[in-house]
Amino acid sequence: MTARERIAGNVAGYVDDRTGAAKWMKKNLTKVFPDHWSFLLGEICLYSFIILLLSGTFLTFWFDPSMREVVYDGSYEPLKGLEMSAAYASTLDISFEVRGGLLMRQIHHWAALIFMVGIVVHLLRVYFTGAFRKPREFNWIIGVGLLTLGIVEGFLGYSLPDDLLSGTGIRIAEAIIQALPLVGSYLAFFAFDGAFPGTAFIPRIYTVHVLLLPGIFLALITVHLMLVWYQKHTQFPGPGRTEKNVVGYPLMPVYMAKAGGFFFIVFGVTAFLGAVASINPIWLYGPYTPGQISAGSQPDWYMGWLDGLVRMAPPLETHAFGHTISWNILIPGLILPGIMFTGLALYPFIESWATGDKREHHLLDRPRNTPNRTAIGVMALTFTLVSLINGGNDIIATTFHLTINQMMWFSRIAIIVLPPIAFVITKRLCLSLQRADRDLVLHGRETGRLVRMPSGEFVEVHEPISPEKAWLLTSHEQLAPLELPEHDASGVRRAGSIKNKIRNRVSRAAAVAVPKATETERRELEGHH
Amino acid sequence: MSNEIELIKDPGLPAHVHRSTDTDPKAAARAERQVAILFGLSAIGTLTLIYSYIFIKDDVFVFIPILGQTHLQQLGIGMGMAIALFCIGAGLIHWAKTLMPDEEVIAQRHEFRSEDADRSEFIKTVKEGASAAGLGRRPLIKSTLGAALGLSALSPILLLRDLGPLPKDDLSKTSWKAGTRLVTDPGDRPLRPEDLEVGAVAQTLPEIAPGEHRLLSDIGKDAVLLIRLRPEEFNLDAERLSWTHEGIIAFSKICSHMGCAVALYEQQTKHLLCPCHQSTFDVTRAAKVIFGPAARPLPQLAITVDAEGYLVAQAPFNEPVGPSFWERSS
Repeated sequence: MTARERIAGNVAGYVDDRTGAAKWMKKNLTKVFPDHWSFLLGEICLYSFIILLLSGTFLTFWFDPSMREVVYDGSYEPLKGLEMSAAYASTLDISFEVRGGLLMRQIHHWAALIFMVGIVVHLLRVYFTGAFRKPREFNWIIGVGLLTLGIVEGFLGYSLPDDLLSGTGIRIAEAIIQALPLVGSYLAFFAFDGAFPGTAFIPRIYTVHVLLLPGIFLALITVHLMLVWYQKHTQFPGPGRTEKNVVGYPLMPVYMAKAGGFFFIVFGVTAFLGAVASINPIWLYGPYTPGQISAGSQPDWYMGWLDGLVRMAPPLETHAFGHTISWNILIPGLILPGIMFTGLALYPFIESWATGDKREHHLLDRPRNTPNRTAIGVMALTFTLVSLINGGNDIIATTFHLTINQMMWFSRIAIIVLPPIAFVITKRLCLSLQRADRDLVLHGRETGRLVRMPSGEFVEVHEPISPEKAWLLTSHEQLAPLELPEHDASGVRRAGSIKNKIRNRVSRAAAVAVPKATETERRELEGHH
Repeated sequence: MSNEIELIKDPGLPAHVHRSTDTDPKAAARAERQVAILFGLSAIGTLTLIYSYIFIKDDVFVFIPILGQTHLQQLGIGMGMAIALFCIGAGLIHWAKTLMPDEEVIAQRHEFRSEDADRSEFIKTVKEGASAAGLGRRPLIKSTLGAALGLSALSPILLLRDLGPLPKDDLSKTSWKAGTRLVTDPGDRPLRPEDLEVGAVAQTLPEIAPGEHRLLSDIGKDAVLLIRLRPEEFNLDAERLSWTHEGIIAFSKICSHMGCAVALYEQQTKHLLCPCHQSTFDVTRAAKVIFGPAARPLPQLAITVDAEGYLVAQAPFNEPVGPSFWERSS
C-alpha cells in the first residue's frame, strides 16, 4: 500500500467514524452511469447554472440596483453628462472601469443563453427518447418548471441594466399585465409602484433575480438530480442492455473525472465566448426612456417565440359594457403559452393514457419506433420555430430584402399550416425508417459490390449485419392498440363509451408500425435463397 | 407450438476491446505526457490572466482580424481564463479516457414498487392515520380548518397591497391641457409651425415650469410625435382636420398595442411603424391601423398656435393613451 492510499483510507475512515456514511458511500461511489453524448446536455445546464451563480455574484459587488437618477461621469465619452439611472450607470462602470468586469458580464449573459439552449435541447432529448415515462414523470414536471423559470429569470436578468432595449422589454411585460381582465391595471400599478416605469421595478426584480428565483432553482435542481441518482439513469437499447440493468462506468473515478472535466470545458468555452464575442453592448443602446426606441428591438432568443406570437396576432379587441379585452395581447401572450406549457407538463400522463402503458421504462426509445410521439414533438417544434422566426421578422425582412408584411403573412399562415404537415411527414419518415431497419435485418447491408451471374444477370451482394446490430434494430417492443369496450354485451352503448372510443382511436394511431423483423422470418428467407 | 414466432436474440454485451494504453506501456506514457501538457497549458492560461490584469494598461486597443479593434486587457484576461479552465477539463477527460479503467460495468436495477406486504402496510398506515385524525367524522373541524386555511392565504396577498397605489384614473390622464405648449424632446424648446418643414417629424413633450423635473412615468404617457404633411394630403373628417394646424398633425407616440415608442416614420408612404411588433399606422388617415397587431389608432392630439405663434394643445387627449386595460371604455 502506498502512502497516498493509506491517507485516502484514513480520510475515509475519519469520515465514517463521524457519519456512518461507509455503507451508503460504498454503494454510491461505484454507482454506474451509462455513457452517451446526449446525456451531457443536462450536465451543460447544471454547469452553466454554477457559472451563472459565480459570475452573477461577481456582478452584484458593483451593480447598483436603483433607479435613482445620476449624471454619468465615467470613461465612456458618448454618454458623459447624460442623466440615467444608477442601475445603468453602474452597469457601464462594470463594463468600463472594473478590470475583467465586461468579461464577467459577457460570461454571465453567454452562460444564460447556454443554460437555456441546454435546457431546451435536453428536453428534446428526453422527449424524443421517451425518457419521461414511468417512473420519471416527476422529473419531467420539474424540468418543465425549470424551463419556465429559466425564461422568467433570463428576462429579468437582461432587464436589470435599465438600458433602452431592456426597458422596452419591461414595457411590453407591463402591457401584458395591464391587459389582464378585471385586475390588470391594479396588478400593473402594484408591480411598478404606480404608472410605468416608476422608480421601483429595478430594485424589485433584482431581489427576485438574485435571491428568490436562484433559491427555487437550487431546490428544484437538487431534487432533479437526486431523482436521477435514485432512479438511476436511463440507457439506450443495445446488446446486453435490458430494462433490469444499467451498463456504464462507475462514478469513481471515471465518471467523476469526465463530469468534473466537462464542467471545466463548459466554463472554458463560456469564458472564451465572453472574451471574444460581444453580447448585449448596453452602452450602444443608451439609458431607458419611454419616449424612445431603437429599430430592430429583439428579445433574447428564448423570449423570441413569445414576441413572434404577439407580432403575428390579429388586431382583435373587444369593447363592451365600458370595458376592454385585448385578445391581441391575451391570446399570444398568455393563453397560447399557457396551453403549450400545460400540454408539455402533462404529456407523460397523456401518452400513458393513450397507450394504456403503465409499466416502468428504463430503456430509451429510438424516435423512429414511436412515430406518433416523434411526430407530435416535431409538430410542436415547428409551431415554436415559426413563432421564433416571426420574432425576428424585422431582421429577416431587412436581411433578405422582404417586406415586413410578407414575413408576417408567411408566419400567420405557416403557424397554422406547417405544424400538421410536419406531423404527417414526420410520421411517414419514421415508418419508412422502420421499414429500412426491417430490410436491413432481413436482407443485410448493401455492399455496393455487383456480381454478374452466369446467366448475365447483375445482382448486388448483401452482407448480413452483426448480431449486435440486428438486436439493436429489433429489440423494441411494438404495443398492440387498446381495445376498450364501446358497447356492452347487448350492443347498447355503455357509459363512458365515448371516452373509450377516443382512447381506442388515439391508441390505434400510436400503435401504427412496420412489423419488426423476426428470427423466424430471417430463417424463412434463408430457405428461399 | 411449432409456428410460434421466434424473435431475434440478445447477443449480450460485446467483448471488451483493450485500448493501446492498456497494452502498450509506451502509449500509456505518451497519454500521461499529453495530460501533463494540458495541465501545463492551463497554468500558462492563468499566468496570462494575471499578467493581463496587472500589466496591460486599460486604454490599449489592438486590431485582431475578425474581432476588429479589441480591448487588449479584457481579451487577455478572458483568453487566459478560457485556456486555464478548458485545459484542466481537457486534461481530466483525456486522463479518464486513456488511463482510467474503461471496462463497462453492469449494475442491476430494482423495481421501485415496494414489496406487496410493505405496500399494503403503508396504505393501511395512511388509512389508519387519516381515520385516527377523524376528519371524515368531524365535519365541524374539517370545515373550520378549511375556512381558516383559506382565509390565512389572504394575508400575503393583503400584505403586498402596499406595493403600489391604486390606478384610479391615472391610466386615462396625461399632462396635456388646453394651451399646453409643445416643446422639443430633448431640448425643451417651444416650436413654431415654421420650425417644421413638410415631411419632417418632431418628438415633443408638454412644456413644464423651469426647475420642474420631468418623470419617466410622465414621458411614458405624454410623448407626442409631430408630423408635417401638405394639408391636401390628409384624408380626414372635418373634426379631425380641425385638430391639425397648417398640415401639422400630432399623435401620441406611445403605441396603442403594447406601449412601445412608435418611432419609425416612413416619409414616402406616410406610415408610422412600431419597431416592437410592426403595427403600422397611416398618418394621412388619423393613424388608422393598416397592418400588425394593434387594434386601435394612435390617439390624436388637437393642436393649434397660441398668441405668440407657438404650437399648443387645443385640448387634452380625448381618450387614454398607450396599451389597453380593462377599465378603458372604447
